[in-house]
Amino acid sequence: MEILMHRIGIWIGVFLTFAIFSFLYKDNPFYKIAEQIFIGISAGYWFIYTIYNILIPNLFVPVTTDFAHNFILLIPAFLGILMLCRLIPSIDWVSRYALAVVVGTTAGLFFKRYLQSDVLNQLTATMLNPFASSNAAQIIGELILIIGTITGIVYFFFSKKHEGAFGTTARVGIYFLMVSFGAAFGYTVMARISLLIGRLNFLLGDWLGIIKP
Amino acid sequence: MKIFERFLHIDRRIIFVLIFIGVALPLIWTLGFNLEVTENVESVYNLMEELEPGTRILISFDYGPSTKPEIQPMAIALMEQAFTNRIRIIAIALWPMGVQMCNEAFEKVSAEYPNIEYGIDFINLGYKVGGMVTINHMAKDFRSTFPTDGGGNPIDEFPIMKGIKNFDKLGCVISLSAGDPGLKQWVMIAHDTFGKPVGGGTTAVQAPIMLAYVNEQQQLIGLLGGLKGAAEYELLINKPGFATKGMDAQSVAHLIIIIFILIGNIGYFATRKKDTMKS
Repeated sequence: MEILMHRIGIWIGVFLTFAIFSFLYKDNPFYKIAEQIFIGISAGYWFIYTIYNILIPNLFVPVTTDFAHNFILLIPAFLGILMLCRLIPSIDWVSRYALAVVVGTTAGLFFKRYLQSDVLNQLTATMLNPFASSNAAQIIGELILIIGTITGIVYFFFSKKHEGAFGTTARVGIYFLMVSFGAAFGYTVMARISLLIGRLNFLLGDWLGIIKP
Repeated sequence: MKIFERFLHIDRRIIFVLIFIGVALPLIWTLGFNLEVTENVESVYNLMEELEPGTRILISFDYGPSTKPEIQPMAIALMEQAFTNRIRIIAIALWPMGVQMCNEAFEKVSAEYPNIEYGIDFINLGYKVGGMVTINHMAKDFRSTFPTDGGGNPIDEFPIMKGIKNFDKLGCVISLSAGDPGLKQWVMIAHDTFGKPVGGGTTAVQAPIMLAYVNEQQQLIGLLGGLKGAAEYELLINKPGFATKGMDAQSVAHLIIIIFILIGNIGYFATRKKDTMKS
């Protein structure tokens, strides 16, 4: 029975894979079916997952088993209920209070972390003496890092017109940005091809058995 | 000149078919392209190798099935290295489906290591919502953040959790991440706030963003970027797997894309020259 269910699961996976791939030819009913199934199952899955893996263990169980130590959890629970008021048009404004708390606490918590990690530590990592190393490749690499950082920042300084020496520096910054966009594009292609490899591995391995999965 | 104009109007379905064939064939017949290990990947490997046997590390499974082809090979390779070196793994997930990803990887790897015992060498504490806030809380009070494992058993029952109150007794933190929350949040809290060495693996899309953290400050010790990072790691631990096999297909697909970019550019410049001459 288990093997039969496994085989049925694979065939459903194969059908849905081809249904999605068929969009590459043109839009068609099979693609639409697969899309709707995905949306429906995702919504249902997340609804149940939220109840059983977030609400029950983090709210219902602590509050019902040890109310004295966990009554503070009623505050986020209340804010959560306020959030649901969005579903009722006449009182949807109430949800803004919950949203305000989320935005406020997130901004407060993240401000220090981002300042530390994305500004201070990143700046410190760029403040290096490139000539301290005896390795020519490392010296060149560190010089490129310093020049790229400075010219890149100059490009995003818009309070002064980009002309003369300032404009040239900004132009160098553009070239560095273009290289980074190129690298990002290359990585993105690699990511998408990896997903295709995963699907083909499923089709050729699990389904057809041509390759060892 | 007509041929150059055709270059600009190639039916994209032809490209899709060629990519499909270009990826499928190397999966069936291995080509065995050379693979070189990069410094970023080697740094993660060295971080793990330098740990004493018995050391506990934390691996965070911050991804789901949509990025499984890229990240799961990393998880398997890291687990194999850890179990070979007798390093103990405390696994958590900041993404709900990370729990299943972790269980699948453990199931696959533990079959080769019969001496590995759940609760002694490995534990899966399950998923916790909250992202950065959860990490911050773990660093202050690990036990109240994860009072039980993924199966609902109190963590005090497991020897691997003995003495774990925060990040102090962890050798390092590894995040296998497909986005937010993930590796970036681990860098911000575990390293930048609590000074714990952090390594990780990400999808290729995320890699250029996270590479900025592999710097002089060692915000990130090293990074496994996409399928290639996973393949390099398989090479380092000398256990070629899915990622190594996939890199042949990856290379052929890239070659096809490069050829089409060249064709497109040749067509563009040739027709532009013609247009300029006309005007």
